[in-house]
Amino acid sequence: MTSNRLTRYALRTIVLVYLGLLIVWPVSLVAKNAFADGVGTFVDSLTEETTAYAFQLTLIVAVWAVVINTVFGILISVLLVRYTFPGRRALSALIDLPLSVSPVVVGLALLLAYGGTNGWFGPALEDSGIQVIYATPGIIMATAFVSLPLVIREIVPVLTEIGTDQEQAARSLGANAWQTFRRITIPAIRWALVYGVVLSLARSLGEFGAVKIVSGNVVGQTQTATLVVEEKYQNFEQTAAYASSFVLAAAAVLALVVVTLLRPAHAESASTVGATLATPLPTEKDPA
Amino acid sequence: MSIEIAGVSRRFGDFVALEDINLSVPTGQLTALLGPSGGGKSTLLRIIAGLENADAGTVEIEGTDATRLPARKRNVGFVFQHYAAFKHMSVARNVAFGLEIRKLPKKQVAERVAEMLRLVHLEQFADRYPSQLSGGQRQRMALARALAIEPSVLLLDEPFGALDAKVRKELRDWLRRLHDDVHVTTVFVTHDQEEALEVADQIVVINKGRIEQIGTPDELYDQPASDFVLSFLGPVTTLGGRLVRPHDIEVTTSPVPDAVPGTVSRWTRIGYEVRLEVTPADGGDPILVQLTRSEALHRGLSDGASVWLRESASVNGAHSPVPA
Repeated sequence: MTSNRLTRYALRTIVLVYLGLLIVWPVSLVAKNAFADGVGTFVDSLTEETTAYAFQLTLIVAVWAVVINTVFGILISVLLVRYTFPGRRALSALIDLPLSVSPVVVGLALLLAYGGTNGWFGPALEDSGIQVIYATPGIIMATAFVSLPLVIREIVPVLTEIGTDQEQAARSLGANAWQTFRRITIPAIRWALVYGVVLSLARSLGEFGAVKIVSGNVVGQTQTATLVVEEKYQNFEQTAAYASSFVLAAAAVLALVVVTLLRPAHAESASTVGATLATPLPTEKDPA
Repeated sequence: MSIEIAGVSRRFGDFVALEDINLSVPTGQLTALLGPSGGGKSTLLRIIAGLENADAGTVEIEGTDATRLPARKRNVGFVFQHYAAFKHMSVARNVAFGLEIRKLPKKQVAERVAEMLRLVHLEQFADRYPSQLSGGQRQRMALARALAIEPSVLLLDEPFGALDAKVRKELRDWLRRLHDDVHVTTVFVTHDQEEALEVADQIVVINKGRIEQIGTPDELYDQPASDFVLSFLGPVTTLGGRLVRPHDIEVTTSPVPDAVPGTVSRWTRIGYEVRLEVTPADGGDPILVQLTRSEALHRGLSDGASVWLRESASVNGAHSPVPA
């Protein structure tokens, strides 16, 4: 008994110390440094024109990336779980690619495909008046690419667990495909979906590497919040860098807290929702 | 006839699930599809519901060719083994689902839902969620949901299979009584011969994708068309080279003509019933005999006694020789 309790306390201590040293303490230092010169400086550095613009751009990009990933994420998840087709396992593996490939590589790949002068599709798109690389569409694409698996990896296990019985019951009660999807499938996966969306949002707000390549980092035009952080830091404007970092971190934490509060404790699929949170997240929220 | 099935076949890859099935389900009756697991009975039920497609053959429901009709247009009530409760909806909303899809006026929906919940004795659970119900209650809710749309036929796929023995027995009796009240043409799938014998008006025995026999419970039990039906519907034993039921064997303690002599080698008493294992004098496998305890005592049977066995004279069944 005693040794059991000892083990429990030892485990707790190890985990807490590890998390503290790795995450809590460093992040709290960001917060501390952000407010080092007082709240006034903090607010000033955020309302400065280029920083304010960068946050606005980051928000637009993140919202678009999340919307795109939600729609395609649901489609791909339903395809993966409800249909068998040749190459299904390959597709499933492919979807994890963005988690394992470095975002810098993602950026370069998009540059090769959509670059305005010598990309594969770039010149044709440019001729018809659509600039992808060094513009907002490219930033959205890069962000959508890196956060693609998050919605899917949340939905797939839940879809698999609920099976097809409820959907078939709805069909036999007279519902068509759309009614079944909207009234049965979506409510059944809603918490997984919310979780996936929040994770995607957090990931999208913090994307750095891929965005840096495809955006061109033009101040006041294609510079996102994470790029501002890097630039300020390199220009020895530490406080400004920490201020922006703090806002990015706070937004991500806030999103997770809101979801945790929203989700009812007895949610049906609570056991599976969030199960894939353990998936490695190559985040680069603090480029410094 | 409410459901007419003609020439229905279904394969899954190399596996033949159903082969050339022809079946008529009479209107207003309770029909059981009985057979071992993997025999094709569930596939047949799902083909009737439109949840599965047949490779060949036709399905007619109430005189309309439904072969190419999607499930949602067949007006069929389907009850699943694992309830298929809509977990995010209250009991009342579950029952209302089919009516709301049909865009019935709210007042009418509410009335019908109340009526259905009364029918399945779940009035006081209308606002609960399926997770707050027991298995038996969930299945009754599923039944109310299926019946709410006034289906032409009610199909139940192993409806009591996931419930424990006691609840299963209660629900079985209750389904029979419900059917006597509602009279909707009902087809249910089961692998439990007792369930089929007790509840059904007509039993269809399905094995290896084919229909073995169709008949009333009495017909099947007393005149089985094959050894398979005989042995599937109840216990059997081999007496003098023929398959017979253990309770159709007459035991005497003195020699009688045409009887098989042997010795009681095992005596098991289960409640009012006594089960004997008799080792034949000429060797061979032990013969199983079932009789009531009072009968056994009356005949002065005991472990190790010499006995003579023959088929009861009252048995009029078609018995077939045991295949070599």
